[in-house]
Amino acid sequence: MATPQEAAVSARSWHAITQETLKRNQVRLAVYVPDRVLTPLIRALHEDNDFTAFAAAREEEALGILTGAWMGGMRGVLLMQTSGFATLPNVLASLAVPYQIPLLMIVSERGTLGEFNLGQAMVCRTMRPVLQSLGIEHHTITRIDELEFILDRSIKQAIATQAPACLILSPLLTGGKTFAQ
Amino acid sequence: MPPNEPKILNRFDITKRLVAQLKHEEAVVGGIGNTNFDLWAAGRRPQNFYMLGSMGLAIPIALGVALAQPKRKVVALEGDGSLLMQLGALTTIATLKPKNLVIVVMDNRTYQITGSQPTASAFGADFVAIARGAGLPQSDWALDEASFEQLVARALTQDGPTFIAARIDDQPAVATTERDPALLRDRFMRGLGVKE
Repeated sequence: MATPQEAAVSARSWHAITQETLKRNQVRLAVYVPDRVLTPLIRALHEDNDFTAFAAAREEEALGILTGAWMGGMRGVLLMQTSGFATLPNVLASLAVPYQIPLLMIVSERGTLGEFNLGQAMVCRTMRPVLQSLGIEHHTITRIDELEFILDRSIKQAIATQAPACLILSPLLTGGKTFAQ
Repeated sequence: MPPNEPKILNRFDITKRLVAQLKHEEAVVGGIGNTNFDLWAAGRRPQNFYMLGSMGLAIPIALGVALAQPKRKVVALEGDGSLLMQLGALTTIATLKPKNLVIVVMDNRTYQITGSQPTASAFGADFVAIARGAGLPQSDWALDEASFEQLVARALTQDGPTFIAARIDDQPAVATTERDPALLRDRFMRGLGVKE
């Protein structure tokens, strides 16, 4: 039997919780490279006047934009999918990590739990080792009742410790992308 | 090729001419390598940011600063090889149209610091035509020193985004930056008034 609090949490979507938690932490800039699973979140951020949301041509470019925005006093988030993260190691290692930028990354996880594209499955296996070797704090979110806590605390820790953070949204949370889609 | 073949300028000389026009604490983001080094040599300013890697990201970083601080003019200084790594960034800027962003590209037609291999501009790629094609109509070649100064003066006083390209010679940079990323970032944030 769910408590009333648990029932309230489960009634809200993962993207609504993400949007509200970003807003509560004064995250105002959302730069993304499009992803099917992230589409409801991207749409919600576009429709919310508290956010400036736009697509960059590449994930590296988005990382540069968010780094400049942070240094100029504006908090942001980089939204991308697994394959996009795989384009980032050089700029994480030469910009975000050494310059101590609290870069917030949200990755829609592909390549696991029903992946149909072999390339996605392979590149997914590189993601956590890269994060690990660069010493970047990261969490995989699988449960909607843990989303708000993990996201909220990760944003606060990133800023307090001046270090990037990466949250991986598992298909267990989002439903993921399947062959039928 | 541009219709009027631009004069070949010197990077350190025109960087000094650019810095001399900065009177309102404008931010300047220097791209990796010689672009950065000559910016450093042109005089330390708390509003200068120096990259030590992340080739190609000077323009995106400058865009981020411009979005965060819309009342401050922000200048990206970038090399031709670096621009080629992130040409897509020009289309992002054309979509957003930040009024306070100025892009200056130093084109010596080589990857100078890695052994002077030719870049695509040595074979005819025209960065002003590329910028216009990306959707940035205020894009011009600096025809000589005076033309460069006029273009910079206009970019700093009128609404952008503005794109200025300069053909430059193969002289090496006159100095190198410090290599302490955290210090460089901290100074820049203080220079922008984000930290006290």
